[in-house]
Order: sequence, then C-alpha cells, then structure tokens
Amino acid sequence: MELIINVLAATVVAGTPLLLVALGELICERSGVLNLGQEGMMLMGAVAGFAAALSSGSLLVGVAAAIVAGIGMSLLFAFMAITLAANQYAAGLALTIFGTGLSAFLGAGFVGSSIDGFSRVAIPLLSDIPVLGRVFFDQDPLVYVSFVAFAGVALFLRYSRGGLLLRAIGEDPEAANANGLQVLLVRYLAVAFGGGMAGLAGAYLSLAYTPLWTENMTAGRGWIALALVVFATWRPERLILGAYLFGAASILHLVLQGLGWKSSTELLAMLPYLVTILMLILLSWNPARTRLSTPLSLGQPYRPGC
Amino acid sequence: MGLFMTAAIRLKLENIVKEYPGCRANDGIDLTVGAGEIHALLGENGAGKSTLMKVIYGVIQPDQGRIVWNGHEVRVDNPAQARRMGIGMVFQHFSLFETLTVAENIALSLPADEARNRNKLNQRIREVSERYGMALDPRRYVSTLSVGERQRVEIVRCLIQETTLLILDEPTSVLTPQEVSALFATLRKLSKEGCSILFISHKLEEVRSLCHTATVLRQGRVSGDCQPADISATDIARLMVGEDTPISTQVTAAEPGPTLVEIRGLGWKSKDPFGTSLSNVNLNLHKGEIVGIAGVAGNGQDELLKALSGEIRTGTGTISLDGVNIASLFPDQRRKLGVAIVPEERLGRGAVPDMSLADNALLTASGEGLVSRGLVRSGRVREFSREVIRRFGVRCTSENNTAGSLSGGNLQKYIIGREALQNPRLLVASHPTWGVDVGSAVAIHESLVRLRDEGASILLISEDLDELYQLCNRLGALCDGRLSPLAPTSELNIEQLGQWMAGEFESGEVAHAVA
Amino acid sequence: MLLLERRPVPSSLMRWASPLLALILTIITGFVLFLVMGKDPVEGLKFFFITPVSDLSGLSELGLKMAPLLLCAAGLTVCYRARIWNIGAEGHFLMGALGASVMAVQLSESGGFWVLPLVLLAGVLAGMLWAAIAAVLKTHLHCNEILTTIMLNYIALNLLLFTVHGPLKDPFGFGFPQSVMFADSALLPALIPGTRLHLGLAFGLFAAVAVWVLFARSFIGFQLNVVGQDHRAAAFAGFGVRRLTWFAFLVGGATAGLAGASEVTGPIGQLVPQVSPGYGYTAIIVVFLGRMNALGIVASSALLALTFIGGEMLQIGMHMPKAVTGLFQGLLLFYLLTCDAFIHYRIRRKNTAQQPLNAAVTTAPQEA
Repeated sequence: MELIINVLAATVVAGTPLLLVALGELICERSGVLNLGQEGMMLMGAVAGFAAALSSGSLLVGVAAAIVAGIGMSLLFAFMAITLAANQYAAGLALTIFGTGLSAFLGAGFVGSSIDGFSRVAIPLLSDIPVLGRVFFDQDPLVYVSFVAFAGVALFLRYSRGGLLLRAIGEDPEAANANGLQVLLVRYLAVAFGGGMAGLAGAYLSLAYTPLWTENMTAGRGWIALALVVFATWRPERLILGAYLFGAASILHLVLQGLGWKSSTELLAMLPYLVTILMLILLSWNPARTRLSTPLSLGQPYRPGC
Repeated sequence: MGLFMTAAIRLKLENIVKEYPGCRANDGIDLTVGAGEIHALLGENGAGKSTLMKVIYGVIQPDQGRIVWNGHEVRVDNPAQARRMGIGMVFQHFSLFETLTVAENIALSLPADEARNRNKLNQRIREVSERYGMALDPRRYVSTLSVGERQRVEIVRCLIQETTLLILDEPTSVLTPQEVSALFATLRKLSKEGCSILFISHKLEEVRSLCHTATVLRQGRVSGDCQPADISATDIARLMVGEDTPISTQVTAAEPGPTLVEIRGLGWKSKDPFGTSLSNVNLNLHKGEIVGIAGVAGNGQDELLKALSGEIRTGTGTISLDGVNIASLFPDQRRKLGVAIVPEERLGRGAVPDMSLADNALLTASGEGLVSRGLVRSGRVREFSREVIRRFGVRCTSENNTAGSLSGGNLQKYIIGREALQNPRLLVASHPTWGVDVGSAVAIHESLVRLRDEGASILLISEDLDELYQLCNRLGALCDGRLSPLAPTSELNIEQLGQWMAGEFESGEVAHAVA
Repeated sequence: MLLLERRPVPSSLMRWASPLLALILTIITGFVLFLVMGKDPVEGLKFFFITPVSDLSGLSELGLKMAPLLLCAAGLTVCYRARIWNIGAEGHFLMGALGASVMAVQLSESGGFWVLPLVLLAGVLAGMLWAAIAAVLKTHLHCNEILTTIMLNYIALNLLLFTVHGPLKDPFGFGFPQSVMFADSALLPALIPGTRLHLGLAFGLFAAVAVWVLFARSFIGFQLNVVGQDHRAAAFAGFGVRRLTWFAFLVGGATAGLAGASEVTGPIGQLVPQVSPGYGYTAIIVVFLGRMNALGIVASSALLALTFIGGEMLQIGMHMPKAVTGLFQGLLLFYLLTCDAFIHYRIRRKNTAQQPLNAAVTTAPQEA
C-alpha cells in the first residue's frame, strides 16, 4: 500500500512539468497559434531559474527569472509567427534549436553545481486525507501552482468573456477581425502565456524535480506536451489526466527496477515516447472526430488583409 | 441631397479615397442615404463596394474624405464604435463562429456588460427575432443552422443593437427565391420604421424591386445615381460596365445528341460533420447540351462535383461515360477518358496561386504530350499555355505570371481554356462566373456554348439563376444532396425552381428524356 | 509610424539576399557575444570561421562533417518541398548507423569487395524502415508527422544505446559502450588519400544532383511541389498524395540512413553512442538556409559543417563551451526566418498626406 501511495505521489511529481507546459500550449493553440518551441522555452526557463536561484540564493527569484525567460523566448516566436506571419512550424523549430543552443551555452558554467531545491510542504488538514492527502496535498509548492493553473485555465475557457474571445479567434481570425476583435493582441497574449508556463515548467525541472542543470534536461517533454494537447482534444480536463498518465509512463522503469524486474534501462526509457505515439494514434486515426475539436485556424498564418 | 424624399439625412460620405499598393479602391466617392431609405450600391467585382462598406463600418480607415453621421462629422475607428453609433453590417461571407451558439456569437459583438446576463440576452434574441419574422433559438450551435438561418443570426445581431443603418453585402446570393421574398418583407418593415438600409448587390432585378435609390460604382468612382424602379436593367448595367463591354451573351438553341453520361443511384456518405451527403442522384447528360443544377451553397454541389471529378471515389452507384463506369477511377484516369472539371475555387484548387500559368497547365493537361517518360517537356508546356492565353483572351504579361497575380476573370478564362483545349467530352463547371467581371463572364459563357456546339456534354452547377436560365436547355436543383427532376428551361418557371431548391420534390426520378 | 506592409509581388532579391543577411547578422551577434564574455571578438571569429579551413587537413575535416549534413539535407529537401515536416532525420541516421554496424559485426570475419556495399545497404534499409513507420502513421492513421518522427528519434537513440551497451558491446573494450572495430573490408575508402575524407562526401554530392534533377526536370518533382503548395490542387489533379508521401519519407530515410552508415564505416570505424552530434537536426537548418534547392544546400551544408568545427576550435583555443556551435546554428535559423519575412513584406512610413499614383489604374484587383 505504501508503495502504491509513493508511486502515485511520484506520478503527480513527474506529470507536473508536463501539465504546466501543456496548459500553456493549450491556451496558445486555442488562439490558433502552434508553437513548436516548447523544448527551447523550457530549457531557457530551467537554466535561467537555476542560475538566478544560485546567484540570488532565493528560489522565488529563480522561478520569476524562469517565467521571464520563457515569456521572452516566446515573444521572439510571436514576432515571427504573428507579426511577420511566417511559417509557424519553421519558427517554432527555430525557437527550439535556438533555445536548446542558448541554454546549453549559458548553462555551461553551472553544470555540476547544486542548490537546495523546493521541498515538500504539506497543506494542513487536506494532507491528512487517506491516500489522496499524501498524493496531492503533500507536495512541493510548484505542484500546488499547477493545480491552481489547471483550475484557472479551465474556468477561463468555459466561463469568461476572454475565453470566448480566445475560442472565436482560434476558430476564425478573419471573422473575429470583422467583428472588431483584437486578433493580434490576443494571440500575442496567448503565446506569452504559453511561454511563461513553459518557463515555469523548466524551473520546476531545475529547481524541484532534480535541483541541478544539465544540457537537454527536458528530454523531450516539450514535444510530449504538444502531443498531450492533441490527445486532450484541447480541453483542460483531459489534459490533466493525460499529464499524469505520461508521468506514470516516465517513472515506470524506476518502479519496475525497484520491484526487481531485470530489464535494460534504455529499453524502458523508451516507454514515454512509445506511449506518446500510441496516444497520437488513438486520437488521430479518425480524422472526422479530430476536426470537430481542433481550433480551425491552428497553424495557419493570419494576415489582416486588404 | 439624395434622391429619396426625406427630411433627415442619416449618412453622408464626401470624397472618400482609399488606396492600396497598386490600386485606388475608392477614388473620391460621394454617397447620401436618408432615414428609412433603401439605397442600393451597385458595381462589378473590384468596383470598390466592399472597400467602401469597410470604411463605413470602421474596419479600415479612409485616406481622405469625410463621414457625416446624422449631421455630425465623425471618425469610425473600429466596428465596435460603428455598432455603438447604430451601424450594423451583415457580411457576404458570414462572420459567425460555428463552434459557438447563436447567443455566444451575438454576445461577442455586444459590449461586455450588456452580454453578461445570458438569460436576458436569450430573451432579447427571441423577442427581436420573432418581431421581424425571423425566429431563432439562441441556444443552438451555428454549425447546425442552414445558410438562410445563419443570415438571420447576422441580421438579428444588428437589430439587437438598435441599428439605424443596416448594411447588407450581397445578401441574396445564398437564398432560395422564397427566402429572398421573406428577407425583402423584413427589410421593407425596417425601412418603414425609419431604419436606413444600404443594399450591396449586382442583381439588377432585385434592386429594381426593392430599392428606392441606387449608386453605381465603377473602378472606384461613382458612375451614376438613379432611382432603379424608373430605369431599365440594361441602363443600370451600362452604368456598371461602361459603353463598350458586351453585357449579355446571345445564346443559340442547343441541339442535343445521344446520351453520353448516365448517372445512376449516385450516393455518398460524408464523414465530415459539416459536410453534406449525396443520396440517390440520377442524371442523364446528352452530347451537345448544357444541363444546369441550381441550388444554394452547401447542398451537396461540391460533393457532386468531387464524385464526378474523381476526388471522391468511395460512393455508391454508377457513372457511365459512353457505357464505361468511371465511378472508381482517379481524376487523372478520368481526364484521359475526356472528363474535364472547372472547380468552384480557382485559386487553391483549380490553380496553384504561387505557380506560373505554364506550370498550372501541367496540373490537368499533362496528358497532352507535356510529360514524357517521367520528365516534363517544358517547351511543350509553354506552348500549350501560350495557346490557352491567346485563344481565350487571358490578359497577362506572359505564361510566367503566377496564377495568383491574375484577376479573377482572367484566371477563370485560363482555367476554362486549359480544359477546353483538351477537347473534353464531358465538362463539369461549378460556379464558373462567380466573382468574375462582366466582360470575362461573357467570354466564359461563349466558350461554354462553343464547347457545347462541338458536341460536348456540359453540366453547369451555379447559384446564379440568370446564368442558368440563359445558358442551359434543361434545369434542376440540388437540395440536401438530393437531385430534383430536370425540366426543359423554357417550361420551368422560377417559382417551381425555387420550390425544388427548397427540397420540395420526390427524389430518384430519372430526368425526362429530351425529344 | 513604421508599418509592415505586404508586397504585391514577393521580392526575388530578398529571396537570395536573405541567407546572406542572416549570416551577417549572426556574425555580428557573435562579435557582440564575444565582447560580452570578455573574449577578443576578432580572434573568436577568426577561430570560428577562418582557422578550420586554412589548410588541407582542415578542408578535409570540413568535407567530413559536410557529408552527413548534405546527405540528410538532400532527403529532407524532398520532404519539405512537399510540406511533409519530417523531423526524423536524426532517428534515420541513428538507425542507419545501427543497421550498418549490425551487418558489419556479422561480417567481421569476411573479406571481399562485396562486404562494404552490403553494410551500407543495411544502413539504407534500416533508415527506410524507420521512415516507413512514420509514413504509415501519417498516411493511414493521420498522425502528425512532426510529433511522431520526434518520438521515433528518441526511441532510435535508446535503441542505439541499448545495443551498444548490450548485444554489440565489445567484450574486449574495457567495459566502454562501443562495438568492435570494423574489419577493413567494411570501411569506406578515402576520397583524398592521406586525409580522413571518405566516399561519404561523394554520396552527398550525388544525392544533391539527384535532388536537382528531381525538381528541375521530373514530373514527380512537380507533383511533390504541388502537394506542398496546395493540397487541394494536388487532389484535384489526381496526384496520389499518399504515394508521394511515402516516396518522400522513404527518400528521407534512405539518405539519412546512408549518412549514418557512412559515419560508422568512415571516420569512426565502429558503433559508439555519440555517433551523431545532432546532424539530423542541423540538416533541417541546412535545408532552410539552402532555400530548399540543390545548389543552396551544398553551400549551406558547408557553412554549417564549419560551425561544428569552429565550435571545436573555440573550445580548444579559447576555452568556450562546446554549445557555442548549437548557439550559432540556432541564431542562423532565427535570423533567416526573420529576414525571410522581408521577401513578402516591406517597411513603410504611414502618413496621412497622399502621394499620387504614378499611373492610371487600368483594372482594379479582385477584392473580397
């Protein structure tokens, strides 16, 4: 029993960075913009967060720096994809490659350093609930931030006027423009939100999950998050389920080894990526169904016309 | 001072100028609309009507000129402000969001505080829509509404905001004749209540029956003001195109030959939630005739075209071309057998916008000796496209112009020419003169008639009833994927066709044999 | 006020100037970067761009790094022209290296001229197989190829690591994860005797020529272009989109697989975990920088090969982190995309005073 609780708690921890970055990309894609630059933004967030926390001695400063770094990177992308209406795939790839390179460059001096990362803070009362208390309410602060973010995004999309604007712009920016909606501004904000969340997710990796910095420490999570948004058919409720599912897949090999299963680390490490492909298949094989939920203008450059 | 007798002038435009790189869309336009006046704005595509409307509605800013609203000079900075002033606009291509409900769509165009109380908004929507005979259920998703119902949403959206000037951009192109009458009744009622109406159209008979006054635009300038009821359609057309362009085709009678194409039981299930399924289409086409299919957009026209072109091959039923069933053949295979297609979208399906005219010839005409052993024979390709340009009067610098740089009319002439030059036995054309200037439309009609006289079968799918009545010797209608019976044009009155367009027929009947 | 305004006709001057402009901007940024880091900028730029190609041995190293980039880029060009966003060149490369290594180790006792072709073929087939997975996921299961190919890249890497730590591990390798050295019969001959430059570069140049012929002359090339520019027109014309997608993927897999096979049978001579410093991803930049045409990718693969070596030079000579290579590559792509925007847009001053048009307008354009 104790083992199961620990595994579930570890699943939440492993799923949190995915949840954070995927929530950000969900808002971004709902506005019609596809940002492939998640890996780059996350890595920049991770390195900025680590460096800032190390130099200032404050984890909060680190988190703030990470968010700023993520937003900054995303604005570069936003300029290319929204203002210049460039090919969004290429611009996103550019962001990933640039972010990966820049983060490795800036972080070279920090490899090997360590700091005291976030530690668990139990929420009084709630953490005494059997099983669920330990799993959900006895985690580090950033996990709680992810819960709040999830609730915020879900409520925003469904009930707020801003959410309505976002959905309209994502479906048909031409019609939105004709209705007098500020398409470019909303898209910039959506992309920036995505960047901030990616930065935060990166900070989680370098300040909580494994408090250190190495090159490419995201190990493809940014890409998995993109698949996650598709899997969730752009709805936050499914997103959180998927994030924890992948979290489980990524720690599975640790669990199995802990149980004494003799299997190659490398083969088991393939698991999250295989699961991602399976999830993509499940969601994509029926194109009529996906069309219903995809923001219609996703990935298409929008040029306010003549 | 306008021609309409009224004390109050609602809108006055003085010397409006709007320029774009390479063109002056509005070149010093004056316009006066009085309270309660139904004022038509006429002109060909490219004359500047849409630009002027966008200026009035605040979507774009004029480079010069004044806008005077109820006696005060104003600047319309954006559509939200226009709406607050009392200007409402119903676009030609509806600006509705399909995945949102009627109420959510209307809420988007209201200021935030007015839209907050959903129940009150629903109530208002029901009241206003019923008052003008356009009942709507606010909770329905727009994706489930028909085209006519969607237009109602657009209009109700304007009326809810106490509109005093209602602008309608080509409102009747998507309506059946009965729906057009209903719309006109609503507009007349609004006019009596003092609401001014700006009616953009190119349908002269409708303008003559509905509108008090009209302004005609040509190449960005006003070419005349008139009271349409008092002058003939031909005179109005002259104002639109000038003196030397032919405005109608003289069509000789058809002499149909033996049956070439037999379509039996053609059906297709659409997997797309927004698409239309075809059911049990039966149709005969003879050599040397033009058969027309009328119908409001979204009733299966595109699906029928795709089933004939080969873009859809998974339907039921048979399509026999001279006895051979082609229903499962690919488009290039059908082309080899003499089937030619002119799709509705000329840019982005009929032609690749960023490729040259020469390359676009290769799209469908590769079987004309343009490709040999897998390699492209660029000399032959250029020759072919030059031939098309020459024979069909395509105005361009050379065959190296990109398709996207041509005007709509010229590109359409090229596309029709590309198909015609392949000597097709069957030509299916969908909305061939949509958005095309009058001169090119006439040339296109003449090409179709020429092809017919050379013995081809032509199937013409169109929303333009004038065009259908002019060119076709037999007519039918498509509604919800079902094909009506066909009747000789001379025996088919517009009311009957209107009923067929609305679906009032028994489907599955084979077309009458032509004597 | 400065406005970004769409050009009526795309500027062909900018189409060719843009890569050069991007390079210049990257160099300027590098200059500033060195300054900020307290290093001599002129020295740094010299180490990065000039020193690597200053002698024959340097040039051969350039050719060595250019070969895999050019091969991968050739295949990716075929994909990207058709707007098939195959990001999987890295995975195909790794699988090519793996396949070739397996075959080489199997044949390690054999000699004869037929060993090398067989080994290379194994690499090509392995790359094609890996590409086929992504192809079937796209054409039959409608999965987005960007995500699937990236996932497959990670899976391929893990397969490689598994193999080199396990089945293929050299029993006499002191526990290091590496395979046995391949027999001489399985090694690529040198292109220029005395240097490390091997036949791989010839493969790359040949692939570039093939790509040129494909797009300049063949009907398949035309069809691929149409699929990339206008899907609906391709369906309308009856071009088999599914067939063409498979063609593009398999070509991409074959070339990248060959690149991987050449790398292990060429300079490395065995299978090691670090068989690719990211060639598959850098090849993407090569394709964009090279404007997706054959001549362009030859030039840009040389340039990007230079960034690899320059980075090593900077690491050795000026103690900069190796990641400077990735940084320069990312900067290049970034500036390229920004400069590319000016192919379609220009900066204009918006003023209220009217400038008269110089010619009377004959026909107004089609408007919405």
